[in-house]
Amino acid sequence: MENLNGYLVVSAILFAIGTIGVLTRKNAIVIFMCIELMLNAVNLTFVAFSRHLGHFDGQIFVLFIMTVAAAEAAVGLALMIAFYKNKESISVDDVNMMKW
Amino acid sequence: METLFFAIVSLVAIISAILVITCKNPINSALSLIMTFFCLATYYVMLDAPFMAAVQVMVYAGAIMVLIVFTIMLLNIRVNATQKHSHRILLGSIIGFFTLINTIVLLVKSQAAKPVGPFTGDMIRNIGHSELIGREMFTTFLLPFEITSILLLVAIVGSVILAKKNI
Amino acid sequence: MDMISIPVVNMTPILPEIFLSVLAMVLLLLNVFSPSGKKSYLAYISFIGIAATAVLVGAGWGGHIESFSGAVILDNFATFFKMIFLLAAGLTVLISDQYMEREECNHGELYPLILFTVVGMMLMASGTDLMTIFLGLEVMSVSLYVLAGFNRNNKKSNEAGLKYFLLGAFSTGFLLYGMALTYGATGTTRVYKIASVVGQMTLPSANIMLLAGMLLMMTGFAFKIAAAPFHMWTPDVYEGAPTPMTAFMSAGPKAAGFAALLRILLVALPTLQIEWSQLLWVLAVLTMTVGNITALRQDNIKRMLAYSSIAHAGYALVGLVAGNGTGTAGILFYMLSYAFMNIGAFAIIILVSKKGETNGNVMDFAGLGFKRPLLAVAMTIFLFSLAGMPPTAGFIGKFYLFSGAVQKGYIWLAVIGVLNSAASVYYYLRVMVYMYMKEPTEEFEWTQVTAPVALALIISVAGSMIPGIVPSFILEFAQQAVKLI
Repeated sequence: MENLNGYLVVSAILFAIGTIGVLTRKNAIVIFMCIELMLNAVNLTFVAFSRHLGHFDGQIFVLFIMTVAAAEAAVGLALMIAFYKNKESISVDDVNMMKW
Repeated sequence: METLFFAIVSLVAIISAILVITCKNPINSALSLIMTFFCLATYYVMLDAPFMAAVQVMVYAGAIMVLIVFTIMLLNIRVNATQKHSHRILLGSIIGFFTLINTIVLLVKSQAAKPVGPFTGDMIRNIGHSELIGREMFTTFLLPFEITSILLLVAIVGSVILAKKNI
Repeated sequence: MDMISIPVVNMTPILPEIFLSVLAMVLLLLNVFSPSGKKSYLAYISFIGIAATAVLVGAGWGGHIESFSGAVILDNFATFFKMIFLLAAGLTVLISDQYMEREECNHGELYPLILFTVVGMMLMASGTDLMTIFLGLEVMSVSLYVLAGFNRNNKKSNEAGLKYFLLGAFSTGFLLYGMALTYGATGTTRVYKIASVVGQMTLPSANIMLLAGMLLMMTGFAFKIAAAPFHMWTPDVYEGAPTPMTAFMSAGPKAAGFAALLRILLVALPTLQIEWSQLLWVLAVLTMTVGNITALRQDNIKRMLAYSSIAHAGYALVGLVAGNGTGTAGILFYMLSYAFMNIGAFAIIILVSKKGETNGNVMDFAGLGFKRPLLAVAMTIFLFSLAGMPPTAGFIGKFYLFSGAVQKGYIWLAVIGVLNSAASVYYYLRVMVYMYMKEPTEEFEWTQVTAPVALALIISVAGSMIPGIVPSFILEFAQQAVKLI
């Protein structure tokens, strides 16, 4: 497979965009979406490597990452709902009751 | 031809990823993210992994994003009008920059391992991608597969505990 | 096409995990059929189950069985760590019931979730495939997100859960990217195969992809063990989470993170030891110093112990920098004694604090020495052990960690560690000063010590003292445990 580098570069760029998003955005749901973007970048890396190496370990790993992402989404959104019920906001700036 | 197609898909993927982190309205971010997911599904088809493409569309673009959009609607979040902190942008850009440097290093000298496995593009097309995945999953990767069942149970119990009205 | 033949697998290495999962599911069912307010018996059942699992795990000592085509292994290293997790979970279950009853959130799902967390941690310790380690970590983390936000009517608990979730998921991203690059550079996810592939490379330290993978994996684990500069979540999550869960989080998952980190660095990447030990050197110094200096200014005692737990992760990292037999055995010993002394200290905090997590400042310990002398003596032992004074377990643990570093020639690292340890005495002593030398500011009812909490306190006191007086017994086990990996 000759285009491995292309896929790696795209996934690294997506990962970087996701990281920047997590660090700059303040809305918890948007941060969570940026984390999903990072995980997807990882998935692309895994599938590209898996195809390059000629075995399926990487693709199976991706299936598990998708399962984990689904489980995290369920729990994370439930946490956001619980937080919102008490504070009427999910901006990370409001996640600041405890300061050092 | 394939290179051109790859370039177009990449362009769309990166632009929509940038839109995810720049849109003010969370719904717009979510829609851009779905666009990125479809681009990734296209990549998976190009990488001879049609099953992964199908799962990508069904699980990510379908299930997870619907859940996220549903939550955004449920909580009815206001559009965030306040300005961003400059130090956060700075920190984010620094980390992004380093990741890009890393990328360029990877581009200059590819150091991936040599192909070791038995699967080639022709073989995948002949036997069928989902069958090969299934065989691997239920033989070599039996234990991780079983662990995911526990993970999903934990997620179900956890979200019920956290979000149900009366427990 | 022919049928798939499901391979014959040896279930022995994951018997404890299966047992605990089944027990957790049974508890979930029992919980449905028991009326609210009568959930205490679930705690007793889980404690008995945990004790039974400990017997099951102990029976596997000395074995060496690989199973599930190299996804999981039963060895002394895994067994030792599994014992630590079971111990942390057992003590947590004992101190949970009274607290949860008081905070009016004694939902029976708490105990199954704790057991699932233990299953995840066990899989991290015994996994020899990056996939198993990752999935174990996720089972652990997802349960912990829920446990941190378990008191859902309390704003601080909500906040702790949300913060833990966002930063935990973020760190998972780094960990996974590291695993992906390692997979690409070596062509496998099996830890032992990675070791042989890296061993055959002519110059592994020149392979940037492998180095980047290692770096990103270390970043991911540094988040989980709360090492500086990835510790920002720790104080808030530890302060906001229900106190028994804080105790659990500081003992169990930290040990699990170290188990996976040790397995990956020492088994898969020993050829890169020069590179990773340099990185860990910086990380260890930073972690110890940041943790101790910020702990000096804390008034809230949960927050103080949170920063101190960051510092303790730093001490344990010193042993990993050394990477030799003494240092790594020191980590195992330290994680075990840390579980005893830290959960014990949190148990006392539960008894002193009142409903709604109030009364949790250092000043509220004033006069404890006169009012409840036994509790004060127990707290003194825990604090002495945390500060690393002889003859407690904490002293012996630190002694082995630092002497491992000295043996490897990291004199300065050991000196910085000892200085940090000396600085930490200040904030531990401050609590004792309040307990013994100040009059209580106001009169209030002390919480009754129930039988399970008393049992937890007795076990913790014994665990903080006995390894300090006769260390050779447990140290022998620790040394055998690290010999095989």
